[in-house]
Amino acid sequence: MSVTCIARVTTAVLLVFLAGGALPAAAQAPVELTFYYPVAVGGPVTKIIDGLAADFQKENPGIKVKPIYSGTYQETIVKVLTALKSGEPPQMSVLLSTDMFSLIDEDAIIPFDEAATSAEDKAWMKSFFPAFMLNSQTGGKTWGIPFQRSTIVLYWNKEAFKEAGLDPNRPPASWAEQAEYARKLTRRDASGNVTQWGLKVPSSGFPYWLFQGFTTQNDVLLMNPAGTETYYDKPAVIEALQYWVDLSQKHKVMPTGIIEWGTTPKDFFERQTAMMWTTTGNLTNVKNNAKFDFGVAMLPAGKRRGSPTGGGNFHIFKKSTPAQQVASLKFIKWISSPARAAQWGIDTGYVAVRPDAWETPVMKQYVAGFPAAAVARDQLQYAVAELSTHDNQRVTKALNDGLQAALTAAKTPEQAMKDAQREAERILRPYRR
Amino acid sequence: MHGWLLLLPAAVLLVTFTHYPTVATLYHSFFSTSKPGRPTAWIGLDNYRNMVEDPVFWQVLANNLWYALATIPLSIALAILMAVWVNGKIPGRGLLRLSFFTPTVLPMIAVANIWLFFYTPGYGLLEQVTGLFGLPSHNWLGSRNTALGCLVVVTVWKEAGFFMIFYLAALQSISPHLTEAASLMGAGRWYFFRRVTFPLLMPTTLFVLVNAVINSFRLVDHIVVMTKGGPDNTTALLLYYIYDVGFKFWDSGYAAALTLVLLVILAAFAMGQFLFLDRRVHYQ
Repeated sequence: MSVTCIARVTTAVLLVFLAGGALPAAAQAPVELTFYYPVAVGGPVTKIIDGLAADFQKENPGIKVKPIYSGTYQETIVKVLTALKSGEPPQMSVLLSTDMFSLIDEDAIIPFDEAATSAEDKAWMKSFFPAFMLNSQTGGKTWGIPFQRSTIVLYWNKEAFKEAGLDPNRPPASWAEQAEYARKLTRRDASGNVTQWGLKVPSSGFPYWLFQGFTTQNDVLLMNPAGTETYYDKPAVIEALQYWVDLSQKHKVMPTGIIEWGTTPKDFFERQTAMMWTTTGNLTNVKNNAKFDFGVAMLPAGKRRGSPTGGGNFHIFKKSTPAQQVASLKFIKWISSPARAAQWGIDTGYVAVRPDAWETPVMKQYVAGFPAAAVARDQLQYAVAELSTHDNQRVTKALNDGLQAALTAAKTPEQAMKDAQREAERILRPYRR
Repeated sequence: MHGWLLLLPAAVLLVTFTHYPTVATLYHSFFSTSKPGRPTAWIGLDNYRNMVEDPVFWQVLANNLWYALATIPLSIALAILMAVWVNGKIPGRGLLRLSFFTPTVLPMIAVANIWLFFYTPGYGLLEQVTGLFGLPSHNWLGSRNTALGCLVVVTVWKEAGFFMIFYLAALQSISPHLTEAASLMGAGRWYFFRRVTFPLLMPTTLFVLVNAVINSFRLVDHIVVMTKGGPDNTTALLLYYIYDVGFKFWDSGYAAALTLVLLVILAAFAMGQFLFLDRRVHYQ
């Protein structure tokens, strides 16, 4: 076979393929939506998302939703932003609500106000818990729609409470009580080694989130809503850190050093700690693995009650056709309807994101059988926005480093927070113009 | 002409994946990262000036040097020891070789998760052992003074088995006549190892050393799982910091400058090893 002959055959084959591929597309032209969702491949959550996408397609034959499971939140934002820089971003993605400013700065997303224009759409945007919208709105616009959101709650071991002579049905309600209970719950063996800690508040990876529990309770905010200023060195912030440090260094009811986030629930199951602070997202995990009677409560109050919210929002990307943006909005509205929000919350342990989801029969029945599920909802009235600014991860890291320095006794709380503030100040200055 | 054509496939790959990225990194390190309303611009050496003033950079660099200084000699010494041992005629030799090599086969992420459990305070494996002796509990990964040491142990455990394979191969190629001759001359085992075996292993040692140096700057998977660079950057290594700057802070200009520093360090080590050590290595 000569070279020209091969070329001719190849061209012919190519043409057939091209025609075959292009013709049906031209005939029907369904709107295709790529949807990055932050979870590793496999596992129960992917099945739920696949099921939801299939159900949506059945009801809306003109739209094709293609979920792509993209790993952790961090891996997902890396994939989204690299795809964006190479010119092919997805149409939708669930990303950490705290990435809002970064996404705006990258000019990656559109405000929902642009796509959702009808009266019905506007009512829909107002249907979520206001606490969740704090991280979803800035400059008078809505950039994210809450989907899988959480807060911090206190879990306590009722058996350990009984053994320590405490009322097993009464969790600590204030900072003083928390320290006092933890002191009673801390058990030591004959040689003085601790066999059970009173309390564990994790401090690895993202200590700022747990710290926001303390600062909110001390009635101080860490940043302004515009995301251009931080208040790490305010006296009330330093005071909050002092209380956290004191739990281990003065009261000796919490281990010194950094407490690993990932193993804290296991510590709780193993009775290494009688109380722990962790996300509501661990509720199903604790329910399945704790071999003792446990309780779930709002975080204890300092000057007031309080916890930050956390978790992921839906975003619509700018670089998509108007038809795709309309279709994306349709999908997000569909998936956040009360019934689906309720089912999603029950299946995953996240807080159902809108009040009317809690009025559905399914949810009412679930809460009646497992009242702990409603604690996170009730805490929402005291919740504040999760720390989020421009150049978010860098500004947050300044705080994380400071917190870990104070918790490992390398710096005093005051010094640590002043250093963190100076660094944040340096990073944020260009955004104030 | 023919020779060049034969070189072409390899040359294309090298240029695309090695030389072009290196030059591009150098080029990008002279530019600022684009910010809203401010496109990327030539800033000369500003990224490098920032680096000199960045305390975290100096800390991760120091961490990395300590990490290299600890992991390289330890893993090489352990590798030689294991190789010499499983080279002898002992029962269950195959099983022993396999078990020494296993850490190399396991994926680093899985390994890090297992070690995370070993180090867990209270009920982790290490604590269970120290607890038997009545020692107080210690927060291994959560304390400044032990966290980096814990990572060194994981790396040595992971690397030593891999290097052992090279030493084992080298040992098998050493002629048994030498052993016989030495024993006839009445040389002791240590004397024989020091004067005969070790010098004959030098080419392998050079190869392993180059690999060990590269790995000490390259392996960061376990940091992501075990400490995320904490507490307060005490376990952050250079490459981990580059990832942070590049893919968390999206400061590509500064990340490029940091990458170049890493490249220069590795190139300097490699040159030193090949130019200086090579002369002292005895090839057969």
